Amino acid sequence: MPVNILMPALSPTMTEGTLARWLKKEGDAVASGDVIAEIETDKATMEVEAVDEGILGRILVADGTEGVKVNEPIGVLVAEGEAVPAGAAEASIAPAPAAVAKDQGGAKPAADGAAGTAKPDTAAGVPAKAPAAHATATAAPAAGGRVFASPLAKRIAKEAGIELGALKGSGPNGRVIRADVEAAKSAPKTAPAPAPTPAAAPPRPVAAPAIAAPHQKLPNSNMRRTIARRLTESKQQVPHFYVSMDIELDALLKLRSQLNAASPADGPGTFKLSVNDMLIKACAVALRRVPKVNASYTDEAIILYDEVDISVAVSMPDGLITPIVRSADRKSLSEIHREAFGLIRRAREGKLKPEEFQGGGFSISNMGMYGVRDFSAIINPPQGAILAVGAGEKRAVVKNDQLAIATVMTCTLSVDHRVIDGALAAEWMAALKAIVENPLSLVV
Amino acid sequence: MADTEFDVVVIGGGPGGYVAAIRAAQLKLKVAVVESTHLGGICLNWGCIPTKALLRSSEINHLLHNLPEFGFSADNIRFDLAAIVKRSRGVSKQLASGVGHLLKKNKVPVFDGRGKLAGTAGDKRRVAVTKDGKDVATLTAKHVILATGARARVLPGLEPDGKLVWSYREAMVPDAMPRRLLVIGSGAIGIEFASFFRNMGAEVTVAEVVDRILPVEDEEIAAFAAKQFEKQGIRILTGAKIGTPEKKDGSVLVEIESGGKKEKLEFDRIISAVGIVGNVEDLGLDGTKVKVEKTHVLIDEFCRTGEPGVYAIGDLAGAPWLAHKASHEGVLCVEKIAGLDVHPIDWTNIPGCTYCRPQVASVGLTEAKAKATGHEVKVGRFPFIGNGKAIAMGEPEGMVKTVFDAKTGELLGAHMVGAEVTEMIQGYVIARTLETTETELMHSVFPHPTVSETMHESVLGAFNQAIHF
Repeated sequence: MPVNILMPALSPTMTEGTLARWLKKEGDAVASGDVIAEIETDKATMEVEAVDEGILGRILVADGTEGVKVNEPIGVLVAEGEAVPAGAAEASIAPAPAAVAKDQGGAKPAADGAAGTAKPDTAAGVPAKAPAAHATATAAPAAGGRVFASPLAKRIAKEAGIELGALKGSGPNGRVIRADVEAAKSAPKTAPAPAPTPAAAPPRPVAAPAIAAPHQKLPNSNMRRTIARRLTESKQQVPHFYVSMDIELDALLKLRSQLNAASPADGPGTFKLSVNDMLIKACAVALRRVPKVNASYTDEAIILYDEVDISVAVSMPDGLITPIVRSADRKSLSEIHREAFGLIRRAREGKLKPEEFQGGGFSISNMGMYGVRDFSAIINPPQGAILAVGAGEKRAVVKNDQLAIATVMTCTLSVDHRVIDGALAAEWMAALKAIVENPLSLVV
Repeated sequence: MADTEFDVVVIGGGPGGYVAAIRAAQLKLKVAVVESTHLGGICLNWGCIPTKALLRSSEINHLLHNLPEFGFSADNIRFDLAAIVKRSRGVSKQLASGVGHLLKKNKVPVFDGRGKLAGTAGDKRRVAVTKDGKDVATLTAKHVILATGARARVLPGLEPDGKLVWSYREAMVPDAMPRRLLVIGSGAIGIEFASFFRNMGAEVTVAEVVDRILPVEDEEIAAFAAKQFEKQGIRILTGAKIGTPEKKDGSVLVEIESGGKKEKLEFDRIISAVGIVGNVEDLGLDGTKVKVEKTHVLIDEFCRTGEPGVYAIGDLAGAPWLAHKASHEGVLCVEKIAGLDVHPIDWTNIPGCTYCRPQVASVGLTEAKAKATGHEVKVGRFPFIGNGKAIAMGEPEGMVKTVFDAKTGELLGAHMVGAEVTEMIQGYVIARTLETTETELMHSVFPHPTVSETMHESVLGAFNQAIHF
């Protein structure tokens, strides 16, 4: 008897996704547990496993189809020798889905050179984020800017990752009630802003001329759309400006060698600090010294974060993501190392939990390992600043009116001028420089 | 000749109709009510209100027979049934005349007669009003609200005869206290009469077709109430098959099969309380798009029928058959007509109250219904025996049960049995209307000592945080 293979839900809040590709063809034999297809949301790619055995009789939804509703039949499984129906099998005879989604991890194992290294190598400053601007939702109350919403609406929105402020409340005096959140959940296409959708995602091409040159088309992944949307929003809405400074690294590199030499040879306490681990800590200490940079702009008020939570941009084969080292100023270097190492590894495996990459008050994007001398990054809203880190390289410097050689890196801070002015940005950069060049404060 | 052109005509002056009319008047709509019998409808005249007066008397009787518990003694305790009934009728009369004053104050004319739809006149509808078969008036209005209510269902062989077999109506004005009473049906009406007559000293048997009493209530609460009733001496026969009564001079023989046993029982009176049927007849619905199913008019969430400009509210429009539901629908229906931004009615958020002893009150989904609709639930229970005020009042029999959605913390339902629970259920209704979760209920400070603390404890209990149990 034909059994429908249904579009699985990767999460309780997922309503639709992209059928990335089929791994079986029509007519292929399928055993229970076989991976038959891959599906994609903006957060992750998942494998669809068959839970029944049979022949993949018909593919109803082709590779690369977007916006496939959860529980929609995507294929039909038939028994050996059984007639293949033209369409989906009748629903009544397929009470159980013939396939389940398996958490494969968000990204396919990285195949490029960057994969496998523990260093965060980033392409651009702004991470792909989940659709919900979680930070905004939680930051608003702190600012005293109150979104009127019923407690139940708040909770359902939080779980579904929907930004309350973006919803139009239909309750008394515009209060957001449960029905509004559920409507946003079930109809992401018409929702004002939160979910990245094909309709809302592209960076509003301003009448771009049609591309006539010979080309091939790579379909946009959901992560790609999210990156496109968020970066466009950031560049269009956030008045960026940039402050660069050269920072000498020799003292920090020396300290790093000393500390790494002090690591136990093996066992649970071993560590091998990277420059990046030390820069995370250095930024955290600088943010504690100049706390006004650890800030976000909202129309109601400037948000000054209590904690120093640092987002670290990590590249993935199909984009990037920013796991967060929380309270980094209060953690030791070895703690930061362990945490960052784990986060980066899991980011590449696509196994981050939403709370591990949603939020953060400040970002670091390090392209030093690619030999980049300097660059400017795009701010990751609602954060107020992002630090772009270039390669540490030996340069001729002038010391005491003498030419000398020093290991120097150029760092560029991109700031949101609405919340951070030039003098403040310069003050913070000076603080960072002082910390990196006199790095003992990283170990006290 | 009175003015006959209106924006809204309401047919029926019960708790649905008169409330709708007053709200319409407030919204500056020109409105009239057509009422054939009595303003205030069954609720005020032959339902909710007079029975509460009777039940109050029976509670006093119960207390008088338990005076030593409170340190009193009295001899020769008697009651005057005629005076009790007279008081009940007086209460009804007072309130019904109050409705008349309210309508007058809001300048709502009342047409005395039966109203029915009588075609259209341009973009308006005609409503013909007749009294004793004679035409009284023909009204026109753009909007007609049908609010004609319902009446007791009559089972064959159990037709009320006013002597041995009573409907609610005769049961409300008994001339003598029956010694042996059979109540058929254990919904709110049946149970309230059973409670009244039992507290007044009658031997009461309740026969219910389904396998438990109070069938719409949460199973656990209904079982708790059943146990209390049985302790008070009410005999409860569930899953009952009732034979045709054999009427004798002054008594009735009835064969009842329950629990695999057949018994032939003799009663002085039978009260038939087996549900209601809607008053859909003679409303001029033929040839309109108004749909009727099982004696009730089908409506949408704004009380609109299939026929544009025709609305139905209250008992006529289906369950739950409760006055407050009718009033709410009346207000909502009129506000929608007036073009206000109205939220559709949520029929799951209408509380139900039964004024037996102990009282039963509930709102939202029962535990079984919550599970059946796919919710993963957290359930809290708190017994009155853990509540200081209940014990001090001498009312330690009761419990509160709350059902939450385990994922969202939504209060799906609340179910209560015990003293004064009908006065307390509104707390949970407000909580549900405001869409609170368990957090806000937990953070609310409940006054001590009150019975309402059981409501708090039940919420805490659902999350394993109850203090006093």
